Amino acid sequence: MAAAKVTEVLFQPIFSNNPIALQILGICSALAITTTLQTTVTMCLAVIFVLTCSNFFVSLIRTHIPTNVRIIVQMTIITSLVILVDQVLQAYAYEISRQLSVFVGLIITNCIILGRAEAFAMNNSPGMAAADGFGNAVGYSVVLLFVGASRELLGSGTLAGAEILRPVAEGGWYAPNGLMLLPPAAFFLIGAFIWLLRAWKPDQVEEPQFRIAPNSRSVEAF
Amino acid sequence: MFEHYLSLFIRAVFVENMALAFFLGMCTFLAISKKVQTALGLGVAVVVVLTITVPVNNLLLHHLLDEGALAWTGIPALQSLDMRFLGLLCYIGVIAAIVQILEMGLDRYVPALYNALGIFLPLITVNCAILGASLFMVERHYSLGESVVFGFGAGVGWALAIVLLAAIREKLKYSDVPAGLQGLGITFIIVGLMSLGFMSFAGVQL
Repeated sequence: MAAAKVTEVLFQPIFSNNPIALQILGICSALAITTTLQTTVTMCLAVIFVLTCSNFFVSLIRTHIPTNVRIIVQMTIITSLVILVDQVLQAYAYEISRQLSVFVGLIITNCIILGRAEAFAMNNSPGMAAADGFGNAVGYSVVLLFVGASRELLGSGTLAGAEILRPVAEGGWYAPNGLMLLPPAAFFLIGAFIWLLRAWKPDQVEEPQFRIAPNSRSVEAF
Repeated sequence: MFEHYLSLFIRAVFVENMALAFFLGMCTFLAISKKVQTALGLGVAVVVVLTITVPVNNLLLHHLLDEGALAWTGIPALQSLDMRFLGLLCYIGVIAAIVQILEMGLDRYVPALYNALGIFLPLITVNCAILGASLFMVERHYSLGESVVFGFGAGVGWALAIVLLAAIREKLKYSDVPAGLQGLGITFIIVGLMSLGFMSFAGVQL
């Protein structure tokens, strides 16, 4: 039973309860760093690490945290983990760290992390909390990788720096779609991802606020 | 001098709009933009908080954290201390504290505004636009004066974007959207189109 529940906690957030597509959490950082696959992968790994650890540690001390200061305690744990990631990146991958610029720091205010700490880690055992954190971070990564891969492939014809579609400028046939490298493309792609996901799992479709009544007149309104 | 500040302000509002060019504060941006009224309240709160936190964090950086910033204490051991790695922890602390103080102050002196803002005020702490603006201030080495203008401009830009989106979404209620795109999906695409519109400001030289 327990094992079944762990897998459920682990895999539920990937498609059925995706943090970005359904819970509207953690969109901020999802968009800005997805122009190339390399930065996307780095960001995903950073989020997986921070979310798993923060959920684990918050859950570990959950019985000792007074309720009225819990946000500050959670914030401190998250911030310490993010500082760790930031320092490691600056030391070992300075180029990527420069490209990510402020967005590593912004993992702190990534709502997924505080949201999961608040909603799950505060009332579950450390093991379960870590599994939940990992699952949610993977769900986040799936969307990010989809957006990152599409943007790099269509925007510059490469994947993780390797040439896939040879651009016209270098004697190939592919005319790069410059729009893909610009901010709006990320919004369109996430919109498209949500559409695909909901076409596949129709139970996630939101109810329209109003239904449009069929035209009651016999002639079309001009 | 005045022109420099004005151009910084215009750039922060239109060219480098927090929400539409840097995707900051997106979670609240998408979640709380169903009504113009609430969007306006949230926008005002963000402007106030940004205008205060960015300069305060600027002071903190230059007088406490930066390399050699503790020279004013006169203690030799602190002369060349570089504590910038603690920056994140300090900025988020300052933001949380200021939001809390602002909340108490508003409750005491301007209860009407406090009631209007309601739940949005505490939510601002986890709005990435606030922390993001402080981090941009650090990265771009703004002076105190510049950071006041930048904070205010960034807030106005974000407020403008969320009010515009809320207005569009109010109209959108009556349109026939494909089932899969209903709600969140179509909102993303609208924000994409708005962002495309704001890109027309890119390259404006002031």
